Amino acid sequence: MKTSKFQEFITKYIFRIPEEGTSPERYKALRRNIIILMILVTVIPLSLMATINYYQYQKNLRDEIISPMNVVTNKTRRSFELFLEERLSTVRFIASAYSFHELSDPVILNRILSVLKREFDGFVDLGLISSKGKLLCYAGPYSFLDKDYSQQSWYHKVLINGRYISDVFLGYREFPHIAIAVQNLTDPDCCWILRATIDTKKFDDLIATLELDAECDAFLINQEGILQTNSKFYGKALEICQLKIPNGGQGTFVTESQDKNGRDIFIAYSYLVEPEYTLVIVKPSSLILKTWFTFRTEIFFIYLASVLIIVLLVYKITDAQVNHIKKADEKRELAFRELEHSQKLSSIGRLAAGVAHEINNPLAIINQKAGLMKDLIKNSKDFNEKSKFFELTEAIIKSTDRCSTVTHRLLGFARRMEIEYTDLSVNDVLQEVISFLEKEALHRNIKINFHLDENLPRVSSDRGQLQQVFLNILSNAFAAVTDNGNIIIRTWDEDVEKIGISIEDDGCGMSEKDLENIFEPFFTTKKGYGTGLGLPITYGIIKKMGGSINVKSKLNEGSTFTIYLLKIPKKVLDD
Amino acid sequence: MNDIHVLLVDDEEELAKTIAERLEIRGIYCQTASDGDKALDLIKSQPPDVVVLDLLMPGIGGLEILKQIKSLERNIPIILLTGYGSNELRIEGMNLGAIDYVLKPCNLDDLIIKIQKAIKSE
Repeated sequence: MKTSKFQEFITKYIFRIPEEGTSPERYKALRRNIIILMILVTVIPLSLMATINYYQYQKNLRDEIISPMNVVTNKTRRSFELFLEERLSTVRFIASAYSFHELSDPVILNRILSVLKREFDGFVDLGLISSKGKLLCYAGPYSFLDKDYSQQSWYHKVLINGRYISDVFLGYREFPHIAIAVQNLTDPDCCWILRATIDTKKFDDLIATLELDAECDAFLINQEGILQTNSKFYGKALEICQLKIPNGGQGTFVTESQDKNGRDIFIAYSYLVEPEYTLVIVKPSSLILKTWFTFRTEIFFIYLASVLIIVLLVYKITDAQVNHIKKADEKRELAFRELEHSQKLSSIGRLAAGVAHEINNPLAIINQKAGLMKDLIKNSKDFNEKSKFFELTEAIIKSTDRCSTVTHRLLGFARRMEIEYTDLSVNDVLQEVISFLEKEALHRNIKINFHLDENLPRVSSDRGQLQQVFLNILSNAFAAVTDNGNIIIRTWDEDVEKIGISIEDDGCGMSEKDLENIFEPFFTTKKGYGTGLGLPITYGIIKKMGGSINVKSKLNEGSTFTIYLLKIPKKVLDD
Repeated sequence: MNDIHVLLVDDEEELAKTIAERLEIRGIYCQTASDGDKALDLIKSQPPDVVVLDLLMPGIGGLEILKQIKSLERNIPIILLTGYGSNELRIEGMNLGAIDYVLKPCNLDDLIIKIQKAIKSE
């Protein structure tokens, strides 16, 4: 149901083409519909492809970004873990290798510290703490002797776990460091704790090995979200990190987020087991997605350019196609009109012939009766008004003559004459016709100028009918020009098939409306004495010969009739 | 011209009568017949010098009459009277042995000239 309504809508509003005819709206609608269809057909697959490419590439790129970040974060976490494990092992080794007495000796403790400093980075001091939490011996730059740690939480944690790695803190030393403490359990007599302090500068060094871009950041935070190392963007060591990182867990994760400055960022984080730190690496999306943005821009411009080219091509092609259709339609329309016109001519001709024939007999009777009257008057003696009666009968005879001219023309119009083709010179035929009109031309001082092509090829045509054609047109020209007017007759070799003849006058010309009707039977501008058959007959003859005739005319400027005749008519060729 | 005898065959009796009367004024004896039978009877009884025959006639038609006259073998010249539009009929009539033709409505003087010519050629 929905589909049919949709189809109805489409047909009604988008693909509606006005019915037959050659109206501009029809071609506008046709052009619009073809353009819409072609654009839809081409742009939809293109858009689909572009979209698929867009998302596919985005997905691939994301995978490519995420996995390296994952790997780097993992490796760095391992480095931290190794570093801390190494330090822890070292302290444990010392606690195991040396006895309480040895470690209680400041000289030995100092020597151990100096070896540690030389062999391992980061050791700051060493301290031996009794089971009561009191610092018994100390090697290092500060003097913490007799300091009591029994109330500090780390001390209790060491007692419970046997070892402890602290968060970063400032403590008495006033620079960030961590403490590693191990409990010695090998000595059954007493329990003591060896505590080493390690400078966290080494953390910064480890982060520096990542060789991050200026816009990237990497740092450690503890479980409470307190920074264990300095961060470029999210706070200094021991401040609360301004970036929210999910707490606890195992493994390495990469997420997308936005920081407080509104920057889109990728965050990779990984949890250390001991101490419970989280290593965080932050990279801005803009940096990582640089290739992505380039690709996106490229794909957008390629898409845009493709669509533009498609639209342009579609428009041009459609325009050409529609113009082609339009021309074909116009040709068809013209052919149809010509057919209609010739059918009209032939039916009018048949009707006219019937009427003319029926009128011809009574006309003959009137003519003969009037002739008889004339004879009788002529032969009778003088009587009152004899000459008047004589004139009247003369007038009747003249009128019947005029009537018979009309009926003859009507019959001639209707007659299905077979054209008798003979080889002739159109120039000669024109000269002959002019000789019929010479007297009138002389009398009215009409100048007839000949521009006849001396090398005009001879054509195969009907002399009598050609005479009638030229006589009809020249009679019209004579009627159109004033006394002293001009008539120009031209002939030329048009092309391999045709010759051209034109008859031009500088007479009264015709209005556009008259021009449309001049080949219609019974249309006449010569009020009172035209039959309206001269030009339709002319038209019929030319068409029958396979030629063409056209007229150009301007009111008060003159008219030009141009005729094209086939040198060898098709019928002659067929025979 | 008093010795010229013409037979005018035309179904339009009024027209035939008028032409006959005008010819007689000019001293030509003219009989009229409105159909083929009458025409043949007249030819048999009073053979004319010339027959003027309308081709377009109801009934058996001018061409048939022409053939019948010719079949009498009297050697009488026949002038056809035809309408302007009936070229084919006229040509057929001429082929069947008519000597000349006059277009309707005819000019009497032309007709007389053609009658005289026809007699002379005979």
